[in-house]
Amino acid sequence: MNKKAPVDRERRKFFIRVLQGLGLAALGGSIWGGYISEAKTDEIVLRPPGAVPEEDFVRKCIKCGMCVEACKNRENNPDRTKQTATLRLASPGDHRPKEKGKYIYPKEVALGTPYFVPREIPCYMCEDIPCVPPCPTGALDPDLVSSVKDGKKTLDINKARMGVAVVDMEHCIAYWGLQCDACYRACPLIDEAIKLELRRNPRTGRHAFLLPVVYPDVCTGCGLCEHACVTEKPAIFVLPRELALGRVGKHYIKGWEKKEEQRIKGSKGVQKTITPKSEKPPEEYLNVEDLLDEE
Amino acid sequence: MKNNVIFKNRYLIARRIVQVTILLLYIAGNIYGWKILQGNLSSSKIFDIIPLADPYAVLQLFAAGSLLATDVLVGAVIILVFYSLVGGRAFCSWVCPINMVTDFANWIRVKTGLHKEEWQLRISRKTRYWILGLSLILSFIIAAPAFEFISPISMLHRGLIFGMGFGWAAVMGVFLFDLFVTKNGWCGHICPLGGFYSLITKPSAIRVKHDAEKCTLCMNCKNICPEKQVLWMIGKESVFVTSGECINCARCIEVCNDDALNFGFRYKPQKEEKENA
Repeated sequence: MNKKAPVDRERRKFFIRVLQGLGLAALGGSIWGGYISEAKTDEIVLRPPGAVPEEDFVRKCIKCGMCVEACKNRENNPDRTKQTATLRLASPGDHRPKEKGKYIYPKEVALGTPYFVPREIPCYMCEDIPCVPPCPTGALDPDLVSSVKDGKKTLDINKARMGVAVVDMEHCIAYWGLQCDACYRACPLIDEAIKLELRRNPRTGRHAFLLPVVYPDVCTGCGLCEHACVTEKPAIFVLPRELALGRVGKHYIKGWEKKEEQRIKGSKGVQKTITPKSEKPPEEYLNVEDLLDEE
Repeated sequence: MKNNVIFKNRYLIARRIVQVTILLLYIAGNIYGWKILQGNLSSSKIFDIIPLADPYAVLQLFAAGSLLATDVLVGAVIILVFYSLVGGRAFCSWVCPINMVTDFANWIRVKTGLHKEEWQLRISRKTRYWILGLSLILSFIIAAPAFEFISPISMLHRGLIFGMGFGWAAVMGVFLFDLFVTKNGWCGHICPLGGFYSLITKPSAIRVKHDAEKCTLCMNCKNICPEKQVLWMIGKESVFVTSGECINCARCIEVCNDDALNFGFRYKPQKEEKENA
């Protein structure tokens, strides 16, 4: 037993230290990581124009607030000394509405990231989009809000897709037959993003419904309609597109659109199920077989 | 003049002025739209032209797996070059707003005698490097900048510019930790941003220089230094403080009554000659 090599105490200490460190790191890491993944953003949050998809946005935004400053100090802001900025940076515990239960409000927003609540202050859709170019990281991407004009790329706020307005037909008073076109008049893309559709009012028989209908392919999600809505809790409101819109899937093709039709090219076609009946073309058995002889 | 209160605190006063000025410029950038400094310490712009960015935050964004625009990369490189080649950890003592909080906690500690040895929780000063590594791994796993989510530094700084919310709770946590648990606990042991700057600022040029011949071993410098381990040479060797952990706060220079400590430029040619001789 005495021949055994003497225990290298330093070495042993070193290993214990390293293991302790790793253990503590694992403990701390799981608490830390758990906290952050819990504190992720509510899916009803609305981001500034030109924001990349939410998942990317959270990992790109450096939380510098330059979009917020640009928004607040925009040229068409009537009053720079007060809280007139559409955009705000999420700070701990600020996620509560001014009036509870009166409009949609995100409950959790990743700390320090910009968002807006249209019922309080909507996006006024400045033509020069001051909030997007200052972004240093590309979390707000100018390409997403630009269109090509005369071979030149220019900022175009109408390209913004911050969200999409949704009408609650049960509580929209225009659907009751009352005359209200507040949202329609507030819409910066009047007669494009919101159109009024006429329908006969069968209750009175002599009046018309003037119904606001949102066209999601044009709507930018600025929220001016939600801001203007006259009902206690807005009957027209903006939701993130991800949340409000459906998806048809790739297998649907608009055969009447040239661009869409090209998607069929190179397709192997659809595999058909063959049953005894379908072996022959329908004309054959419909004409040949005595279908009418059932009497 | 040498014992004048102002002279004895000249660097402290200068630091507070710099810290507060930077903060006020950021606040004015938000409130009045001044273009001198826009944004916050995570990323900002000087005069609407020169981008600046927190290199540690950018590193986390990278770890989270995002491709970033050039603006923020240029900004991060500017900051990185400035601190690593010139300023050392000056961010911690001259810019960071948490420095005022922890210095205040420390001041109370000393005034009330809370800083007794037996009341301290001993934490390794290496903890910050563990947290630094951990934050990058976590950023990668959860695909979001992990430390930026909980950083009391950004919470305080962002809060002062854009509105605080409950952010003060995190700042209070740091304050209480420094006051009751560990001396210089946050800045000197935990903060991964400080750890990050410690690692990258090793080669920086502006450094405190010790003159052992003038030293009378009063140890005032070691008592006041928030990173005592960097002053190992006191009374022993006349060399520069080369550890990256030195925050260039210059408290040691101020308390020295023997002119044995002063700022110096590390790469002066004459100094190299001395070394060679």
